[in-house]
Amino acid sequence: MTAAQEAIIPKFDDDEEDSGRTLAIICSKGDLDMAYPGLILGNAALGEGVKLHLFFTFWGFDMIIKSRMRNLKFSPNGNTAMHMPVGDVRIPQALAPMPGMQPMATKMLKKQIADLGVPEVPEFLDHIVASGGRLWACRMSADMNHVTKDDLYEGVEDIINASDFIELTAGAQLLFI
Amino acid sequence: MPVTTIADHEIHVDDEGFMTVYDEWDEELAKSLAAAIGVEMTDESWRAIRFMREDFKSEGHTPTLRRISTVGGFDTKGLFALFPKKPAKKMAYIAGLPKPAGCV
Repeated sequence: MTAAQEAIIPKFDDDEEDSGRTLAIICSKGDLDMAYPGLILGNAALGEGVKLHLFFTFWGFDMIIKSRMRNLKFSPNGNTAMHMPVGDVRIPQALAPMPGMQPMATKMLKKQIADLGVPEVPEFLDHIVASGGRLWACRMSADMNHVTKDDLYEGVEDIINASDFIELTAGAQLLFI
Repeated sequence: MPVTTIADHEIHVDDEGFMTVYDEWDEELAKSLAAAIGVEMTDESWRAIRFMREDFKSEGHTPTLRRISTVGGFDTKGLFALFPKKPAKKMAYIAGLPKPAGCV
């Protein structure tokens, strides 16, 4: 039993060395299920006092294109870990591409996410920006998709090229999703 | 379970120092907890801490930052200013609650 001589106080690691930590996450996927890992980890990093950059590229652009970001989809096609809601029954891969499967799977996943109190992508990005996270869009993806900054979620600071991103994230820990 | 003494209050805490007995907390103690981690309390800070206490009582677990902002109506940016760097954990500590368990 710890005696009461010295107070036990949590260490929040407010020292300078720790607060210098930066995480950079490259979000390259636009499927609903693949949008969340970056958002969840990024948000967790901010809550731990870690600086965060999110860089959206290729299919990940759907997470920040205003007209698409609310309608990301989830497909069981090619995903052998997709189960029925109850038990360990897998959805046969032969059925996965059938009409109606994708909307149904998307609806189910959205509900499961909402039931946990986890926000949809736009609101999640709002929360991340309010928490100090910085969002960047990839120049090449913007050109490929023929979009300008006006088409993008307003929290995106700028459209930058790959070199800019590398420069910006000097010393950061990198995660590619 | 360790027992520690903060400003003459003897409290049960976990290994890190977060309080484990809801009813051992009062606002006098919270002032000392805040001071111990270098947080200066404002009226808004107190409102947030009180919200967390109430929410814990009804939900049975510590609200996450997201919940404090959406359900409690607190501005996320403001919470980062009031409880720098690790707002959810610092607030939980001052509110005498366990660390939030939820991811978001």
